[in-house]
Amino acid sequence: MPETRVLYENLDEQGLATMDVYKRRGGYTAIDTAFRSMSPEDLIFNIEESGLRGRGGAGFSMGKKGSFLPRGDMEKYLCCNADESEPGTFKDRELMYKNPHALIEGIAISALAVGASYAFIFIRGEYWEVADVLDAAVAEAYDAGYLGENILGSGCRIELVVHRGAGAYICGEETALLDSLEGKRGNPRLKPPFPAIQGLYGGPTLINNVETLMNVPLIVNKGPEWFKGMGTEQSTGTKVVSVSGCVKRPGNYEIELGIPSREIIYGLAGGPGAGREVKVWFPGGSSAPVLTGDDLDLPYSFEAMAEAGSMLGSGAIIVGDDTVSVPELALRTARFYHHESCGKCTPCREGTNWTVKMLERVVRGEATPMDLDIISSVQENIIGNCLCVLGDAMAMPVGSMVKKFRSEFDDAIAAARDAAPGPIDVAGADEPPLVLGATA
Amino acid sequence: MTGQTGNGGPMRPTDLLTNAERTELIGSMRPEDAETVPELHEVDVPPELQRTIEEAMGRYPQLRSASIPALWAVQRHYGWCTPDGIRQAAAVMGLTPAYLQSVASFYDLFRLEPTAKHRVLVCHNISCWMRGADDILVEFCEATGCDHHEAEHDGANSPDGEVYVKGFECLGACDIAPMASIDEQYYGPLEPGDAATIVEQLKRGEDPMPDKDIRKRRTAGDHDTPGRGAEEVSVGE
Repeated sequence: MPETRVLYENLDEQGLATMDVYKRRGGYTAIDTAFRSMSPEDLIFNIEESGLRGRGGAGFSMGKKGSFLPRGDMEKYLCCNADESEPGTFKDRELMYKNPHALIEGIAISALAVGASYAFIFIRGEYWEVADVLDAAVAEAYDAGYLGENILGSGCRIELVVHRGAGAYICGEETALLDSLEGKRGNPRLKPPFPAIQGLYGGPTLINNVETLMNVPLIVNKGPEWFKGMGTEQSTGTKVVSVSGCVKRPGNYEIELGIPSREIIYGLAGGPGAGREVKVWFPGGSSAPVLTGDDLDLPYSFEAMAEAGSMLGSGAIIVGDDTVSVPELALRTARFYHHESCGKCTPCREGTNWTVKMLERVVRGEATPMDLDIISSVQENIIGNCLCVLGDAMAMPVGSMVKKFRSEFDDAIAAARDAAPGPIDVAGADEPPLVLGATA
Repeated sequence: MTGQTGNGGPMRPTDLLTNAERTELIGSMRPEDAETVPELHEVDVPPELQRTIEEAMGRYPQLRSASIPALWAVQRHYGWCTPDGIRQAAAVMGLTPAYLQSVASFYDLFRLEPTAKHRVLVCHNISCWMRGADDILVEFCEATGCDHHEAEHDGANSPDGEVYVKGFECLGACDIAPMASIDEQYYGPLEPGDAATIVEQLKRGEDPMPDKDIRKRRTAGDHDTPGRGAEEVSVGE
């Protein structure tokens, strides 16, 4: 099964990051069409008609989201979410580094569609080099009149700022991103109000992922029917899939949504090493409930992944072969979310902390089978009980690992018990409890 | 200056204090000691730092949005977010130093303690872990003399002050796992022995392993098409 290269077409071409080469490849024609002959309503209609769903994780219709922004003269904003921190995801990095102008064009058209005069690219601070490339491309776009005052004589003004984050997974969550962009600690906000109504600086704000926005110029150029012609009915278009972990050819592959997952993991990425089998895989970043080797023939689409009890998420497939210990994988996953929890909501702050402690006990051989039930119940008590889904993003994969690989957890506990010569030395058991406010 | 940060050393996380120290700290805090917005003439801010921060403030509809760019500017100027640097940025922006300190302490990339000349962030998240990232981190610690436990958790400086090593969460380059960010550039896939080579190169002032620089990497793509496709990597047998 070959790839379907749309966003990835020409991506390896030398100099594509410069305006000259990008224009030679047909770039900045969509912005011309949009600003000269289309109304914002036309644009929103076309985007909605194409069925384009958010590529950042939630998979919400971009056209619908855009239509939620109120019309009127108030200041509106557009934020491109380039925080890309979901473990396993690395598509936006490659797209922005190699083709920054396509993103700028997509942002300008989308800003026109919702009437935003300020746009921001919130890029994670670790991508310093990529942000430099974006800065250079933005400067070129200003010089060419695709950004700034009176774009292409339309009277529209769009200012675009590349904003570097400083290392926080939570800032990929849209409301935490807004707080961070306002110069605060990146804590999520209560929803509703949703950012489309009250977002950045209190104004209506459209927030979309890099890959989503990069599809917009293509939809303007080739029409929603062309876009709908790819993929499945509910998952239209192509998707850039980041495949990593135990595969021979890790990397980004652009595919039509709906092809069998096996084609991606084995056909494109080469599958695990000789004599090894796929044991466990995340279909959509580390926040997605895991699937097993039995699920490899599922079509790779939003709806099929949801039906299988997982999600397509950011399109990051992480593959673990039969050498990978699932309890250790669960611990590694939980540690990440514990480290990245912002601490605002108790179920997430405490739940991630205790999950890590319990999984450490499992891996060290100090756990009892009852601990597994407690781990499961902690996960259930996190889901749906916080302002944002960071806690859920740990609870879903960890819960699914304990459920689907319960016997491996049981075996790990039993093996450690059998190997232990005497009573197990539990770390910290002899320390006195810490009482807040008490003097030592 | 008042408070813990003003007394020279960087602030210790409160959960590492003993109960007695904690009680003493709380008892020593008085509302009237809280620092207000410093005046520009009190802080002696370097002109180019001031210019960078003011430029950032001008880019946003609301100037507070420049908090993170301002802290980046401080870190680039001093090598880390020094208490004096934070105070200078606060004076330029019209914010309290405590506010900027609170922002800086939220984000992993802002360093609130002195940091060695070169910075090595070794990804230890899922994909890199599956490909042996733990061993890579150990090798970097051995090559630099950094304490492994410290490097894995808070980051550690080598005894000679040349290299800072930290185990880091997913850096968004799982295609080159196991990988590391070295002085803001990405390198991978790293193999056993690479860490020692890289540390030697850094100390000699050379670019580390140019052939493992992610900027040279082509898209993975369809391996059946000539000229395309990623090279196969060893994934164990």
